[in-house]
Amino acid sequence: MSATADVIIVGGGPAGVAAAMELRRRGAGKVVLLEREPELGGATRHCSHSPFGMREFGRVYFGAAYGRRLAREAADAGVDIRTGHSVARFHGGGRLEVASAHGVETLTARRVMIATGARERPRSDRLISGDRPIGIVTTGTLQSYVAFHGLMPFRRPVIVGSELVSLSAILTCLTHGARPLALLESEPHMLAPAPFAWFPRMAGVPVHLGTRILDIRGTGRVEAIRFRRQDGVEETIPCDGVLLTGRFTPEAALFRQSEIGVDSASAGPAIDQDGRTLDPLCFASGNLLRAVETGGWAYREGRAVARALALDLAHEPVPSAPTAVTFEAPVKLVVPSLLRRQGSGEPAFRDFQLRFTHRVHGRLSLEIDGREVWAQTRTFFPERRVLVPIPEGASAAGSVRFRFREPG
Amino acid sequence: MLRTHAPPSQDLFDVAIIGAGVVGCAVARRFALAGARVVLIEKGSDILSGASKANSAILHTGFDAPPGSLELDLIKAGRAEYLDIRAGLNLPLVTTGALVCAWNEMEAGKLEAIAAQGRANGITALKLMTGAQARTTMPGLSERLVAAIEVEDEHVIDPWTAPLAYLTQAVALGARFLRQAELVEGRFAGEWTLSTSTGDVRALSVVNAAGLFGDVVDRRLGFAPEFEIRPRKGQFVVLDKAAFAHVPRIVLPVPTEITKGVVVCPTAFGNVLVGPTAEEQDDRVRATVETETLEALLERGAQIVPALRAMPVTAVYAGLRPASESKAYRIFTRPEQRAITLGGIRSTGLSAALGLAQHALSLHRAFDAPPLVPVEPPPVALPNLAETRERDWQTPDHGEIVCHCEMVTRREIEAALASDVPPGDFGGLKRRTRAGMGRCQGFYCNARLAQMTKGRLATALAVGDGEGS
Repeated sequence: MSATADVIIVGGGPAGVAAAMELRRRGAGKVVLLEREPELGGATRHCSHSPFGMREFGRVYFGAAYGRRLAREAADAGVDIRTGHSVARFHGGGRLEVASAHGVETLTARRVMIATGARERPRSDRLISGDRPIGIVTTGTLQSYVAFHGLMPFRRPVIVGSELVSLSAILTCLTHGARPLALLESEPHMLAPAPFAWFPRMAGVPVHLGTRILDIRGTGRVEAIRFRRQDGVEETIPCDGVLLTGRFTPEAALFRQSEIGVDSASAGPAIDQDGRTLDPLCFASGNLLRAVETGGWAYREGRAVARALALDLAHEPVPSAPTAVTFEAPVKLVVPSLLRRQGSGEPAFRDFQLRFTHRVHGRLSLEIDGREVWAQTRTFFPERRVLVPIPEGASAAGSVRFRFREPG
Repeated sequence: MLRTHAPPSQDLFDVAIIGAGVVGCAVARRFALAGARVVLIEKGSDILSGASKANSAILHTGFDAPPGSLELDLIKAGRAEYLDIRAGLNLPLVTTGALVCAWNEMEAGKLEAIAAQGRANGITALKLMTGAQARTTMPGLSERLVAAIEVEDEHVIDPWTAPLAYLTQAVALGARFLRQAELVEGRFAGEWTLSTSTGDVRALSVVNAAGLFGDVVDRRLGFAPEFEIRPRKGQFVVLDKAAFAHVPRIVLPVPTEITKGVVVCPTAFGNVLVGPTAEEQDDRVRATVETETLEALLERGAQIVPALRAMPVTAVYAGLRPASESKAYRIFTRPEQRAITLGGIRSTGLSAALGLAQHALSLHRAFDAPPLVPVEPPPVALPNLAETRERDWQTPDHGEIVCHCEMVTRREIEAALASDVPPGDFGGLKRRTRAGMGRCQGFYCNARLAQMTKGRLATALAVGDGEGS
């Protein structure tokens, strides 16, 4: 059976579209882009507040306009765009089972790139106590209410979480007739960096740090949320919604349900420095790798992995067995978490991306074959990227290890 | 607006059934097939609003039911009828089999007696196994397994479509379904006059299938209380579909006096269920989930099947079982007042519902009421939601996929909204279609569902216009 395409890309957000265009630019032949929604753009479609496109297109777009620009560019580049196409199953080895309004078909390609992005974790996965009434939603859901349907899920929500996205959530509320009553954060400090961290209070939203949610009440719709404050006092706020923000997780179901599996730390597929997964015919890029970065970051990552993929197509190298990058808590994840012996080209990733589980002060170091090649002592924050250059020659190493030590 | 029918006070029904849980729906079907004019009275905005919405979806054999009990007879009768009618109604059967697992020598010592009881109950497909033997049939089980009993005929079904099918068939025969109609008081004077929150209903006979409010409804019907409901809460965790490959069989614990215990179980929808807990409580309405309990369930699941430790949580829920002061079903018949109470249906209601319905009809035959003339079952086929069979998204012209996690099509959602027993609330829509039930829990589709269900649900997803009546 002849392949449907040279490369099939799954996911029409910034990473997938950038990859598709780059592949076409590098003469990759037939490039098919599958997107399950009716439009390209991914999460940028409903992010009505964040500006996109400055680095990619030299101008600023909001929400859906960015997706339309992506669609135009990709079509001009000769990408075969198939919206409304949902991948039901990824078999590895370049085979995909794809569902659309016409039914189910099996598509094949010489290489597959998966760029399915990330989403916020739902209430269930956060194991929050209480009833399960209507009105508990994530920022992404709230913004699709507003952006696609002109609806609102609540008028007086309590916001949970203080990552950067919570500020976007507050703005969406304030500009669409909802009044956030409070922001609850379980950590003892705001997760968004200053000066953003000051925004909720400036917008008149009381902030409670170091809280624990005890109960959500409501029979039909949310009626109240009860939580324990840092000082131990329990407080109940009557409200009509709970807005769960942040705690992004890769949308990695295709990997979880395939032989390839996911990396237990990042919850996305393990990749090497070229974005290649454990299946040498499958690449991955964008927020799927480690949850959320900006659209622009995902775009550049998609393009970089596409460059490596194009070389891979041209040379057909047999990839070596990967070396796993090892680390321990409080390092939460490292991407890429695999290294393979390098071919001729430049790798897609020049840096390891690290994140920490919580705020810590100490010394982070990188050891290659038992020799320290890099170190830094400072305070590390949760959900903020740390970049460590991948040393020359690391891909040939037998062991690559991150260490962390607290002082004293 | 939500379709609530004004009570047809001018009509005289043969039988009024109180409570549209799995038992009430099955009873409505049985009486409708028997030729009765049926009315089903439900205080919630949809069927399965109480105990029936949360269970472990197992079609039991009755191997561990009390020997010689009515419960055992009704489980067996209900199961047999389900197997008989399921193809016609397009209901699934996932033939998993079960393993009753002993995790220490003490539990292993009880297996022999459990197997003997099973055989005495007429369930012959039972096999005692060593831990190693059991693990060859399910390699995902922990190496700590000491011994097990294989019960070949314990299976998994769709716990929400089955009762919906029963009621849909009853409605096709002219049964009336009254929602948001809470029974306030019943008076018997040759016939029943049932005052509900939305008006009076007249009927010759009455069947109390009110589940968690069974004792309350008996009192409101004017009967001296024969039993007392003592709600027992069960919390559940539903794990990602990736877990399904590790759990091909139902994993049962060795039961204690109080509870069947925490089960690890595949679902018809391709997930894995861990639960329930058994928590006594007074509250009959609130069934909250609690962080620590959910964490403990996850830990318990991972002890049984270690690969579950890495699995994300798809959903969590809690339900109340209508336990009473007795382990036995609390079934009472009062021929003088033509009233039947089907109470205390604790944890085998899904398996026994059709059997309970047969039993209620046989009790009704002793009543002084006009004889019923059975009718032909009308052809009713429900949409299939089980992953083991073809789903709508796999067939052409479904419009589009609205819920990507569960692959729910626009055609399925529109069909549910336009069906003879349409969803009355968002939970009802989820149970009928699986929309929003998947790993993202509506991150992607909730807004779309808000738009598609505008004006159709008791509590609207969006505020402002579209808010329920």
